[in-house]
Amino acid sequence: MKNTVVEINNIGMTYHSLEGETEAIKNIDLNIYEGEIVGIVGPSGCGKSTLLSIIAGLIEPSSGTVLVKGQKVCRSNRNIGYMFQKDQLLEWRNILQNVVLGLEIQGKLNSQYYEKARNLLNNYGLGDFIHSYPSQLSGGMRQRVALIRTLILEPDFLLLDEPFSALDYQTRLAISDEIGVILKKEGKTGLLVTHDIAEAISLCDRVVILSNRPATIKEIIDIKLTCPEGRNTPLGRREAPEFRYYFNKIWKELDIHV
Amino acid sequence: MSKKNISKAHENYLSSIKKRNKTIFITQIAVFVIGLSLWEVAAHFKWIDTFLTSYPSQIWRLFVNYTKNGNLFHHIGISVFETVVGFTGGTLLGFIVAIGLWWSKFWARVFDPYLVMLNSLPKTALAPIIIIWVGAGYSGIIVTAISVSIVVTIMNMYESFISVDEDLIKLLNTFGATKFQILRKIVLPSSVPALINTLKINIGLSWVGVIVGEFLVSKAGIGYLIVYGGQVFKLDIVMMSVFILAIISVLMYRIVAIVENKFNRW
Ligand SMILES: Nc1ncnc2c1ncn2[C@@H]1O[C@H](COP(=O)(O)OP(=O)(O)OP(=O)(O)O)[C@@H](O)[C@H]1O
Ligand SMILES: [Mg+2]
Repeated sequence: MKNTVVEINNIGMTYHSLEGETEAIKNIDLNIYEGEIVGIVGPSGCGKSTLLSIIAGLIEPSSGTVLVKGQKVCRSNRNIGYMFQKDQLLEWRNILQNVVLGLEIQGKLNSQYYEKARNLLNNYGLGDFIHSYPSQLSGGMRQRVALIRTLILEPDFLLLDEPFSALDYQTRLAISDEIGVILKKEGKTGLLVTHDIAEAISLCDRVVILSNRPATIKEIIDIKLTCPEGRNTPLGRREAPEFRYYFNKIWKELDIHV
Repeated sequence: MSKKNISKAHENYLSSIKKRNKTIFITQIAVFVIGLSLWEVAAHFKWIDTFLTSYPSQIWRLFVNYTKNGNLFHHIGISVFETVVGFTGGTLLGFIVAIGLWWSKFWARVFDPYLVMLNSLPKTALAPIIIIWVGAGYSGIIVTAISVSIVVTIMNMYESFISVDEDLIKLLNTFGATKFQILRKIVLPSSVPALINTLKINIGLSWVGVIVGEFLVSKAGIGYLIVYGGQVFKLDIVMMSVFILAIISVLMYRIVAIVENKFNRW
């Protein structure tokens, strides 16, 4: 049995505002194991981002608990990578300075980490842009910088909230493939929210389907694809014979009416 | 892009742009020169009443006189001093208050209606009160200048502080950042463009405060010259002062623009 990284126990969340209360999520139970990437798909506004914020310890759930590596997350022990739809690079910092932002805030920045940042940037094809500013990079490169900024902190696991949805289609395929390969190579555990069913199947080991708001877990689907040796990358996985089957299954479960 | 190896077409394009810029500049100068000449000619042939309008050569002679006896620099020096102090004070204080409001949502909401009211109030209406309270010297004039720019500064800067992307703050929180770190690493740097805009606005506003203050109480300064010239019906003094005011404001604006370029490397 693999180690459990995240333990989500019966989470519920209700937002209160003057207009009334909004029950965003309800009775969510989920364990995430080391080295796996779990996808979350669900209708718009059902509470996916809320769930991620709770797991990251940024907001308190109304009920239930979340344990990361057996501990409750708080500001002092938080070690979770978070990636957003927008890359959130700081325009006034060059790429290297952007990559070390988290270290700087945690007071860990030293020459060793600078060295590591340079190495990561070199490895991921950004070596020539270390001293460039974000505005000089393409959308895909910027999202790669955001990933390096996350990975350099060696997080226990990663929360990815539609990280590719702001990119154009081709870039999106290329970058999701690349990032998927990186995450697997580094053995990272992650939770990926996406609206793109194909992306979820190609990147994830399991896909959680959420219901309309309040979000509950409708079904968890294990993705088992047969890929030829050496083609077990997100792009390769799209060619697996079972791909269509999973696509249809998730699409039906989502039950989207327009 | 390299300077070499540019195509003929691109070369033509560049030179046509250059030519156009040059034409615009020459036309700008021409408008100025023609305007002044018309004024001078109209005065010479008595088409206009020079008692009311004065005329360029008279203004120039006055300027040379004032420069020679050193009076002019005395007046300019005082007004510039008051403006620079008022401008710095108003901007700095406004900036600090804006940070305070960003820090405490509670106080931001408490002060919101007061700020709205102060913002729509013409601050120059407060000048007599300020001068009575603070004193009828430089200090009264400086405080008047501060009062004119501070409210706009608070509102602009606060607006910019709270418009930082929610997700960016969320990101910093996942790093475990303190509120102070969020302020220093993202809120302040991302507000640099707003600050520069505010500086530009505040130059004009501080001058308004200083001139109004000088109208009311001063014994020296450009505002004093204008009022004095008006009272003794020497329009050449008034005109000269207004010209000088225009030139100094533009110079100050240029200084801010230079600062702006320094920040524009990204
Ligand atoms: N701070 C808040 N206060 C009140 N209601 C909120 C708050 N944040 C989110 N909500 C509400 O909770 C519900 C879930 O929001 P959430 O952002 O988690 O959905 P989502 O699944 O991430 O949506 P999307 O697909 O658009 O990204 C929405 O109806 C939203 O309006
Ligand atoms: Mg969302």
